[in-house]
Amino acid sequence: MSQPEGKGSGALEVKFVPDEEVLKHIADDAGIKVRKDKTQLSASVKRFVKKLENISDDETQEILEEKKYVAALGICAQDSMGNGSSVSGGEVYSFQTPKRSNKMAELASELAQTPGHSVASGHSECPEKTAKTPQSSSKYMLLLLMHVFSLLLQSKKKEFVSTTPYRLRKRLTAPDPYLESESEYSASCSEEEDEEDRKEVSTVLSGQKTPAKTKAASVPPPRNTLAKKNKEDKMSNLVEEYFEAHSSSKVLTSDRTLQKLRKRRLNQQTLHDLLKKAPLAYAAEIKELNQQHESLFSKWMLQLHLGFNIVLYGLGSKRNLLEKFRTSVLQDSVHIVVNGYFPSITVRSILNSITEEVLEHIGTFRSPLDQLEFIIKRFKEDSSLELYVLIHNLDSQMLRGERSQQILAQLSSLPSIYLIASIDHINAPLMWDQAKLSLYNWLWYETTTFSPYVEETSYENSLLVQQSGSLALSSLTHVLRSLTLNARGIFRLLAQYQLENKDNPSYPGLSFQDFYQQCREAFLVNSDLTLRAQLTEFRDHKLIRTKRGADGVEYLLIPVDDSTLTDFLEKEDEDV
Amino acid sequence: FGEGNNASEDTELRFATCQSLWSQIKLETEQIQENLNKQLFDNLISFLRQSHSEFQEKTTEWTYQMKSREIPTAALVLGVNVTDHDLTFRSLSEILQNNFTPYIALLEAKDCPGIKNLMQKLMRQLMNCYVDVDSLEDEDYVQVSQNRIRCSMTSIINWYESVTKKTDSETPSKKRTSSSRHCQSPPVVVIFKDMESFTTKVLQDFIVISSQHIHELPLVLIFGIATSPMIIHSLLPHSVSSLLCIELFQSLSCKEHLSTIIDKLLLTTQFPFKLGEKVLQVLINIFLYHDFSVQNFIKGFQLCIVEHFYSQPLSVLCCQLADAKKRVNSLSHEQCENVRRLPSFRRYVESQVSEKQIALLTEDNFLKEVIQKLLEDLHFYNENYVSVLRCLHVFTSSLPKYPLGKQIRELHCACLEHEVWETEEYESSLQLVRMLNKSDLVTILQQCVEILGSSSGNEFDKTVEKLKEFLTQFQKLEAEAFQERDVSVSSQKELQKKTDLYHLQKTLLELKESRRSKKLTKFEMLRFEVVDYIDSLVRNYLVPADHKTLHEIMYFNTASVLRGHLNAAPRIALHTALNNPYCYLKNQALKSDGGSMSNKAPDICIVYKLHLECGRLINLVDWLEAFSTVVMAVEGPNADAASSDQVDDTIHARFIRAVSELELLGFIKPSKQKTDHVARLTWGGC
Repeated sequence: MSQPEGKGSGALEVKFVPDEEVLKHIADDAGIKVRKDKTQLSASVKRFVKKLENISDDETQEILEEKKYVAALGICAQDSMGNGSSVSGGEVYSFQTPKRSNKMAELASELAQTPGHSVASGHSECPEKTAKTPQSSSKYMLLLLMHVFSLLLQSKKKEFVSTTPYRLRKRLTAPDPYLESESEYSASCSEEEDEEDRKEVSTVLSGQKTPAKTKAASVPPPRNTLAKKNKEDKMSNLVEEYFEAHSSSKVLTSDRTLQKLRKRRLNQQTLHDLLKKAPLAYAAEIKELNQQHESLFSKWMLQLHLGFNIVLYGLGSKRNLLEKFRTSVLQDSVHIVVNGYFPSITVRSILNSITEEVLEHIGTFRSPLDQLEFIIKRFKEDSSLELYVLIHNLDSQMLRGERSQQILAQLSSLPSIYLIASIDHINAPLMWDQAKLSLYNWLWYETTTFSPYVEETSYENSLLVQQSGSLALSSLTHVLRSLTLNARGIFRLLAQYQLENKDNPSYPGLSFQDFYQQCREAFLVNSDLTLRAQLTEFRDHKLIRTKRGADGVEYLLIPVDDSTLTDFLEKEDEDV
Repeated sequence: FGEGNNASEDTELRFATCQSLWSQIKLETEQIQENLNKQLFDNLISFLRQSHSEFQEKTTEWTYQMKSREIPTAALVLGVNVTDHDLTFRSLSEILQNNFTPYIALLEAKDCPGIKNLMQKLMRQLMNCYVDVDSLEDEDYVQVSQNRIRCSMTSIINWYESVTKKTDSETPSKKRTSSSRHCQSPPVVVIFKDMESFTTKVLQDFIVISSQHIHELPLVLIFGIATSPMIIHSLLPHSVSSLLCIELFQSLSCKEHLSTIIDKLLLTTQFPFKLGEKVLQVLINIFLYHDFSVQNFIKGFQLCIVEHFYSQPLSVLCCQLADAKKRVNSLSHEQCENVRRLPSFRRYVESQVSEKQIALLTEDNFLKEVIQKLLEDLHFYNENYVSVLRCLHVFTSSLPKYPLGKQIRELHCACLEHEVWETEEYESSLQLVRMLNKSDLVTILQQCVEILGSSSGNEFDKTVEKLKEFLTQFQKLEAEAFQERDVSVSSQKELQKKTDLYHLQKTLLELKESRRSKKLTKFEMLRFEVVDYIDSLVRNYLVPADHKTLHEIMYFNTASVLRGHLNAAPRIALHTALNNPYCYLKNQALKSDGGSMSNKAPDICIVYKLHLECGRLINLVDWLEAFSTVVMAVEGPNADAASSDQVDDTIHARFIRAVSELELLGFIKPSKQKTDHVARLTWGGC
């Protein structure tokens, strides 16, 4: 648990501890059984919170027209697929409530599960404490938890309201802490909230009275007066909260890093192998889903021929589905497949493949627009030409630009080019404005497949995959090998210095003056101009990075992680 | 074309029907469009003609010189449905090309980021169109444009002079092609398709430059405006806008356009295909709430047709009555079975006597006869429906507050949805009709007579007669009313004579009483009668379509499909898939109630759920650990405490996959703020 440390007089410093650690702590105490219970319980807590949230959601949609609109669109909620089209837009990804409260509830449930541990002792004032047994019906239990938390929040409010005027304002505008407000309890300070929560716990535990608490007594209870105003405020509140949460540079997450995990990073290959070994969950159901989608193939063909283009959306890789479509239906027709997820794909390459492979035109074009014009002309002249274009991930990094979308849209508006594409990104539809949409003439198909994005993510520079390491090493050696001996020496010096300082987290880099001194001592350069020339070369190859410190001194850094650097030095030593 | 997967023999027929129907409808819509735009274009052309008549006369008066700095400009206010403008402009330039001038340039904002690009584009279009007109001189001009001569106004003027001179001196054969239809020196028309999105600088420069050269070059500008004409003045400073001689042209609003389309496509017996209530509602909603685009409405309509013919095997009967009757005779046994399976037909069968029921269900031939009869019924129903609907609309559209809607489409929807006479709105509108004054009522009745008279069905003869009778009664009433007024006037005169208070009171009372009784007997009685009659008409003819037998053949009513295709919600789909995988994967293990999720859900769902708990930044280590706890809880307690800090490789790999999938979906992105952290991109969520 968090350990409060007195620092100065009265001020409390609180260390942030992630839930997982708490969880671990508890798990160690109570064993696996508790952990299992916890997952179930937390699930039900979440459900409860969600219900509450729905209530508040409904309230926010007070603008009648909006409601009407939602209702109008939801008129055919009795969807045959039952695919949740009944979810009104307001409930999804609204700027509503980041579930910090969930987390707290989760935490609470965990705490409650551990018999008589910490929180319970602190809250002797709540009479329900005695009823707090895991055996009590879960609903009641949850209500209790909620109550405890609203108490917590209330007390917290009183406690902290007076610390800063800024916070005061926020607290005042925050929704009143009745039960349902639990979920509304807002995000604005979601990061701090946790901290405060812990602080609360710790203060209660230690029984200390902070000076803030006594001051807080002068604050009038804001609940009743503000309850009416809440509704009007809410909208602006949400906006405010969003920006507040995003403007604060302070981030309160744990400082743990993957390196401390004593865990080697997996490289692409082992990752692939491991995943292959891991059984795919729900294979049968996924197969069934796919079969459902495959039955639509003939319909797609028909609609493509009638001048519509088809876009597929939904969770899961649609690559296999499109591949199957291609092999089963498009076998005998001219088609090109565009792998949008490929990191170096461009519109130009798509157009090139059309002009060169389909139209068999040799020659280059001044600009993609010229090329497009040429293609349009050719297709208009020759009505027998037909082309199917399959684009996996139309929303990928490379294709999502405005110009490329414009070109693709114009291409797809040709009557003899049939486009069938897939999108995955949640914001993908934002790529298109009215004009493009009308050019694309989309028909939307929901094809949720749940199949893993194997191909699509393989090119991604995932944080967790050790990918850059080997590449960086080889590039380092390659670049350095082409340099002079002196230049290599200079780089070695810098690398060694950086490794020596690797344990210093605030290592700013080697300052230019020091570096020059060292180089001179090693007889590597004779003037700072030559050193500068060398550094420019390094910089061009992205081997070093320079930044100016607060004192205006230039600092040099090698932007490669330490392990790679060590490897590199070892290798260099071998070579020498 | 593999239409229909049942591979029955009439798929081709169905497809052919579908195609022919669609082409008919397309033709119709184009015609409507043309008619609607005709007025506008005529005005525009006359304006263009007029604008440069002076130029041709080559008057050199001083006043003209003063005035001639101004460029004649037509501001075309087209409304917000930008996507439809393309079509309008295309037909406009076509019309201009055909009977006004060959020199037209269509400019779009996205092609013209700077004045140079604009000039280039302008030159190319002008020269190309010249090339198009007489292609004999291809070589000259293609060369010119490819040499990328310096694009300036002077070069355009030179080009223009050379072109006009040529046409003057050309052989008669050439003249026939270019100048017979066009006037002697046709003006150059430059159309700015989307005036609002041009950068002001470009526009200003262009206008200033071209106003310098207006003497040599008869230039006419056309601005396409989506918002309001005020935009010209806010975009251009006074010094520039004073160089323009603007005339405003207002195109028909898209709403009116839509009502005409609905009127011509849906409320007519010309096309056998009909839209059901929900489908129509969806289409109209998309129109009103999303894009105001008539084009999209028509596209949706097309989709409905395709969908209907694709999914409904009996849609083969969805054609003109005569054809349908023929086709009924050639129905296969399977198709007959299909008919028997229709819910509306089942209802019909159940209402019959038992022998007939058996016959209907077993004998194909008898069934076919019945079908023919039913189709005929349906056909007549449609005819009558439209006429009576229009009548009712005449009544309701003049009422205050429009309880049944202002537009006929609203009334149409209401009638299709349920029995309209059951609704409160209908009740209140009848109340209001009962309060109409006589002159309104008479005009309305006259309109109804016209509508009913023009409808083809002869069923309405009696109705028309009845209505006419009402009219004559009203006229009679009028005559009586004249007399009555005389009486009342005289009585009032009497009143004035008497000064006695008691008598006055007495006569007033008398008068009041008599008036009340009189009104009830004459005009009001008649009015009630009329209202009752209309009510009976409505009850007779405006039965909702889905109460009719075999309505499935002609009415398309699966709105959910349509909505899914046109107004999809990819975010909602993703959200449901991530939050509630049971919706898609029908596995009992995933089943859960409320908003919670079982811990056996696919990896990505678990990871997603966990990430929702976090704030702006997410620590990957914490995330991974949380994930592995959940996963291990599922897999059972075989691995004990030792594994809690050394995460299993497989789980690690699964986590990596899930996280990178989330990254692909755009929920997170790598962050450089802190090591091993990712930033959350969505805010909130459930």
